[in-house]
Amino acid sequence: MKLQNEVSFTFDSKSSNEAFARSAVGAFILGLDPTVGELNDIRTAVSEAVTNCVVHAYGDTIGKIYINVKIFEGGTVTIKIRDKGCGIENIDKAMEPLFTTAPGNERAGLGFAVMQSFTDNVKVRSKPNAGTTVTLTKKLSLRVNNA
Amino acid sequence: MYPKTSYDGNILTIYLKGEIDHHTAREIREATDSLIQLNKPSVLRLDFSGVTFMDSSGIGLIMGRYRMMLLYGGSTKAVNVPESLERIMNLSGLGALNIIEQGGELYEAAK
Repeated sequence: MKLQNEVSFTFDSKSSNEAFARSAVGAFILGLDPTVGELNDIRTAVSEAVTNCVVHAYGDTIGKIYINVKIFEGGTVTIKIRDKGCGIENIDKAMEPLFTTAPGNERAGLGFAVMQSFTDNVKVRSKPNAGTTVTLTKKLSLRVNNA
Repeated sequence: MYPKTSYDGNILTIYLKGEIDHHTAREIREATDSLIQLNKPSVLRLDFSGVTFMDSSGIGLIMGRYRMMLLYGGSTKAVNVPESLERIMNLSGLGALNIIEQGGELYEAAK
Protein backbone atom coordinates (compact mmCIF):
# COMPACT_ATOMS: atom_id res chain seq x y z
CA MET A 1 0.00 0.00 0.00
CA LYS A 2 1.37 3.38 -1.02
CA LEU A 3 1.30 6.14 1.59
CA GLN A 4 -0.57 9.20 0.33
CA ASN A 5 -0.73 11.54 3.29
CA GLU A 6 0.26 11.59 6.94
CA VAL A 7 -0.14 13.73 10.04
CA SER A 8 1.15 13.44 13.61
CA PHE A 9 0.26 15.45 16.67
CA THR A 10 0.81 15.37 20.42
CA PHE A 11 -1.36 16.72 23.21
CA ASP A 12 -1.86 16.57 27.00
CA SER A 13 -4.03 13.79 28.42
CA LYS A 14 -6.70 16.23 29.60
CA SER A 15 -10.30 15.12 29.15
CA SER A 16 -11.07 18.47 27.49
CA ASN A 17 -8.75 17.37 24.63
CA GLU A 18 -10.89 14.32 23.74
CA ALA A 19 -13.09 16.45 21.47
CA PHE A 20 -10.02 18.06 19.87
CA ALA A 21 -8.43 14.68 19.11
CA ARG A 22 -11.44 13.12 17.34
CA SER A 23 -12.17 16.35 15.47
CA ALA A 24 -8.56 16.69 14.29
CA VAL A 25 -8.51 13.12 12.95
CA GLY A 26 -11.92 13.68 11.36
CA ALA A 27 -10.74 16.88 9.69
CA PHE A 28 -7.64 15.17 8.30
CA ILE A 29 -9.60 12.42 6.54
CA LEU A 30 -12.24 14.80 5.13
CA GLY A 31 -10.27 15.00 1.88
CA LEU A 32 -11.19 11.35 1.24
CA ASP A 33 -14.85 12.39 1.16
CA PRO A 34 -15.96 9.85 3.78
CA THR A 35 -19.67 9.16 4.26
CA VAL A 36 -21.31 10.69 7.34
CA GLY A 37 -21.35 7.18 8.82
CA GLU A 38 -17.66 6.52 8.17
CA LEU A 39 -16.67 9.86 9.66
CA ASN A 40 -18.81 9.20 12.73
CA ASP A 41 -17.32 5.70 13.09
CA ILE A 42 -13.77 7.04 13.05
CA ARG A 43 -14.54 9.92 15.40
CA THR A 44 -16.19 7.52 17.85
CA ALA A 45 -13.35 4.96 17.75
CA VAL A 46 -10.71 7.69 18.26
CA SER A 47 -12.71 9.11 21.15
CA GLU A 48 -12.73 5.68 22.85
CA ALA A 49 -8.98 5.18 22.41
CA VAL A 50 -8.10 8.67 23.65
CA THR A 51 -10.45 8.30 26.62
CA ASN A 52 -8.61 5.09 27.56
CA CYS A 53 -5.34 7.07 27.61
CA VAL A 54 -6.87 9.79 29.80
CA VAL A 55 -8.72 7.50 32.21
CA HIS A 56 -6.53 4.41 32.39
CA ALA A 57 -3.02 5.05 31.04
CA TYR A 58 -2.36 8.25 32.95
CA GLY A 59 -5.12 8.16 35.61
CA ASP A 60 -4.66 11.08 37.99
CA THR A 61 -1.56 12.33 36.23
CA ILE A 62 -1.22 14.26 32.97
CA GLY A 63 0.99 12.77 30.26
CA LYS A 64 1.33 13.08 26.50
CA ILE A 65 -0.88 11.34 23.94
CA TYR A 66 0.62 10.81 20.47
CA ILE A 67 -1.57 10.37 17.40
CA ASN A 68 -0.37 9.45 13.93
CA VAL A 69 -2.78 9.17 10.99
CA LYS A 70 -1.83 7.68 7.65
CA ILE A 71 -3.89 7.64 4.48
CA PHE A 72 -2.95 4.96 1.96
CA GLU A 73 -3.79 4.66 -1.72
CA GLY A 74 -7.22 3.06 -2.13
CA GLY A 75 -8.73 4.74 0.93
CA THR A 76 -7.28 2.75 3.82
CA VAL A 77 -6.71 4.84 6.92
CA THR A 78 -4.61 3.84 9.94
CA ILE A 79 -4.75 5.77 13.20
CA LYS A 80 -2.14 5.10 15.87
CA ILE A 81 -2.94 6.33 19.38
CA ARG A 82 0.02 5.98 21.73
CA ASP A 83 0.67 6.79 25.37
CA LYS A 84 3.55 6.32 27.78
CA GLY A 85 1.26 5.45 30.68
CA CYS A 86 0.77 2.46 32.96
CA GLY A 87 0.32 -0.11 30.20
CA ILE A 88 -2.11 -3.05 30.16
CA GLU A 89 -1.36 -6.18 32.19
CA ASN A 90 -3.71 -8.46 30.26
CA ILE A 91 -4.78 -7.18 26.85
CA ASP A 92 -7.28 -10.00 26.16
CA LYS A 93 -9.04 -9.24 29.45
CA ALA A 94 -9.02 -5.48 28.78
CA MET A 95 -10.67 -6.09 25.41
CA GLU A 96 -13.51 -8.19 26.82
CA PRO A 97 -16.83 -6.33 26.49
CA LEU A 98 -18.08 -4.93 29.82
CA PHE A 99 -14.72 -5.44 31.53
CA THR A 100 -13.59 -2.23 33.21
CA THR A 101 -11.17 -1.33 35.98
CA ALA A 102 -13.03 1.92 36.63
CA PRO A 103 -16.69 1.04 37.27
CA GLY A 104 -17.01 3.82 39.87
CA ASN A 105 -16.63 6.39 37.11
CA GLU A 106 -19.55 4.88 35.19
CA ARG A 107 -17.25 3.49 32.56
CA ALA A 108 -19.34 0.98 30.64
CA GLY A 109 -16.41 -1.26 29.68
CA LEU A 110 -17.25 -0.91 26.00
CA GLY A 111 -14.28 1.09 24.71
CA PHE A 112 -12.52 -1.70 22.81
CA ALA A 113 -15.84 -3.25 21.72
CA VAL A 114 -16.80 0.07 20.12
CA MET A 115 -13.38 0.42 18.45
CA GLN A 116 -13.70 -3.12 17.05
CA SER A 117 -17.24 -2.60 15.85
CA PHE A 118 -16.61 0.83 14.29
CA THR A 119 -13.36 0.03 12.45
CA ASP A 120 -12.07 -2.91 10.37
CA ASN A 121 -9.19 -3.83 12.67
CA VAL A 122 -7.87 -2.95 16.13
CA LYS A 123 -4.32 -3.83 17.14
CA VAL A 124 -3.11 -3.31 20.70
CA ARG A 125 0.49 -3.40 21.84
CA SER A 126 1.25 -2.72 25.47
CA LYS A 127 3.95 -3.07 28.08
CA PRO A 128 3.24 -2.51 31.78
CA ASN A 129 4.77 0.76 33.03
CA ALA A 130 5.90 1.65 29.50
CA GLY A 131 2.73 2.43 27.59
CA THR A 132 0.17 1.31 25.05
CA THR A 133 -0.26 1.73 21.31
CA VAL A 134 -3.65 1.17 19.72
CA THR A 135 -3.75 1.01 15.92
CA LEU A 136 -7.13 1.41 14.24
CA THR A 137 -7.52 0.53 10.56
CA LYS A 138 -10.50 1.36 8.41
CA LYS A 139 -11.05 1.21 4.68
CA LEU A 140 -13.23 4.01 3.37
CA SER A 141 -15.62 3.47 0.49
CA LEU A 142 -14.11 6.24 -1.70
CA ARG A 143 -17.21 7.55 -3.40
CA VAL A 144 -15.04 9.95 -5.39
CA ASN A 145 -12.21 8.41 -7.35
CA ASN A 146 -9.25 10.32 -5.94
CA ALA A 147 -6.79 7.45 -5.84
CA MET B 1 -24.24 23.53 30.01
CA TYR B 2 -27.39 23.31 32.07
CA PRO B 3 -29.82 21.26 30.02
CA LYS B 4 -33.31 22.24 28.95
CA THR B 5 -35.88 20.34 31.00
CA SER B 6 -39.58 19.85 31.41
CA TYR B 7 -41.40 18.35 34.39
CA ASP B 8 -45.10 17.67 34.73
CA GLY B 9 -45.09 16.41 38.30
CA ASN B 10 -44.54 12.86 37.16
CA ILE B 11 -42.35 12.72 34.07
CA LEU B 12 -39.04 14.59 33.99
CA THR B 13 -37.63 15.18 30.51
CA ILE B 14 -34.03 16.30 30.19
CA TYR B 15 -32.93 17.52 26.75
CA LEU B 16 -29.28 16.63 26.25
CA LYS B 17 -27.34 18.52 23.62
CA GLY B 18 -24.07 18.63 21.75
CA GLU B 19 -21.34 16.01 22.11
CA ILE B 20 -21.40 13.41 24.91
CA ASP B 21 -17.96 12.03 25.76
CA HIS B 22 -16.02 11.24 28.92
CA HIS B 23 -15.31 14.97 29.45
CA THR B 24 -18.84 16.32 29.01
CA ALA B 25 -20.55 13.31 30.66
CA ARG B 26 -19.43 14.44 34.11
CA GLU B 27 -21.18 17.80 33.84
CA ILE B 28 -24.31 16.22 32.37
CA ARG B 29 -24.30 13.59 35.14
CA GLU B 30 -24.12 16.23 37.89
CA ALA B 31 -26.87 18.35 36.36
CA THR B 32 -29.09 15.33 35.72
CA ASP B 33 -28.64 13.83 39.18
CA SER B 34 -29.47 17.07 40.96
CA LEU B 35 -32.63 17.37 38.86
CA ILE B 36 -33.63 13.79 39.72
CA GLN B 37 -33.02 14.34 43.42
CA LEU B 38 -34.90 17.64 43.37
CA ASN B 39 -37.98 16.40 41.50
CA LYS B 40 -38.05 12.66 42.30
CA PRO B 41 -39.94 11.86 39.07
CA SER B 42 -41.47 8.46 38.42
CA VAL B 43 -40.25 8.52 34.82
CA LEU B 44 -37.00 10.02 33.59
CA ARG B 45 -36.89 10.79 29.86
CA LEU B 46 -33.44 11.51 28.47
CA ASP B 47 -34.03 13.20 25.11
CA PHE B 48 -31.18 12.75 22.61
CA SER B 49 -32.62 14.77 19.70
CA GLY B 50 -30.07 17.55 20.28
CA VAL B 51 -27.09 15.21 20.62
CA THR B 52 -24.63 15.30 17.70
CA PHE B 53 -22.01 12.82 18.95
CA MET B 54 -21.82 10.14 21.62
CA ASP B 55 -19.21 7.55 22.56
CA SER B 56 -19.48 4.80 25.18
CA SER B 57 -19.36 7.41 27.94
CA GLY B 58 -22.99 8.11 27.00
CA ILE B 59 -23.84 4.45 27.61
CA GLY B 60 -22.34 4.70 31.11
CA LEU B 61 -24.37 7.85 31.64
CA ILE B 62 -27.65 6.16 30.68
CA MET B 63 -26.90 3.01 32.70
CA GLY B 64 -26.02 5.09 35.77
CA ARG B 65 -29.28 7.06 35.61
CA TYR B 66 -31.20 3.82 34.93
CA ARG B 67 -29.84 2.34 38.17
CA MET B 68 -30.44 5.54 40.11
CA MET B 69 -34.07 5.72 38.95
CA LEU B 70 -34.58 2.06 39.92
CA LEU B 71 -33.47 2.96 43.46
CA TYR B 72 -36.17 5.64 43.54
CA GLY B 73 -38.68 3.12 42.19
CA GLY B 74 -38.84 4.90 38.82
CA SER B 75 -37.99 4.12 35.23
CA THR B 76 -35.76 5.61 32.54
CA LYS B 77 -36.30 6.12 28.82
CA ALA B 78 -33.83 7.20 26.14
CA VAL B 79 -35.99 9.07 23.62
CA ASN B 80 -35.60 10.52 20.12
CA VAL B 81 -32.22 8.92 19.54
CA PRO B 82 -30.76 10.20 16.25
CA GLU B 83 -29.83 7.67 13.56
CA SER B 84 -26.12 8.42 14.05
CA LEU B 85 -26.30 7.14 17.66
CA GLU B 86 -28.33 4.01 16.95
CA ARG B 87 -25.29 1.81 16.36
CA ILE B 88 -23.64 2.56 19.67
CA MET B 89 -26.96 2.21 21.52
CA ASN B 90 -27.53 -1.21 19.94
CA LEU B 91 -23.96 -2.34 20.59
CA SER B 92 -24.38 -1.57 24.28
CA GLY B 93 -27.35 -3.91 24.68
CA LEU B 94 -29.54 -1.03 25.88
CA GLY B 95 -32.09 -2.17 23.31
CA ALA B 96 -32.74 -5.29 25.38
CA LEU B 97 -33.77 -3.14 28.37
CA ASN B 98 -36.58 -1.78 26.23
CA ILE B 99 -35.87 1.82 27.19
CA ILE B 100 -35.33 3.35 23.73
CA GLU B 101 -38.37 5.21 22.40
CA GLN B 102 -39.38 7.85 19.89
CA GLY B 103 -41.89 10.60 20.60
CA GLY B 104 -42.54 13.88 22.39
CA GLU B 105 -41.20 17.35 21.77
CA LEU B 106 -37.72 17.53 20.22
CA TYR B 107 -34.81 19.62 21.45
CA GLU B 108 -35.40 22.56 19.09
CA ALA B 109 -39.01 22.94 20.15
CA ALA B 110 -38.40 22.49 23.87
CA LYS B 111 -38.07 25.53 26.15
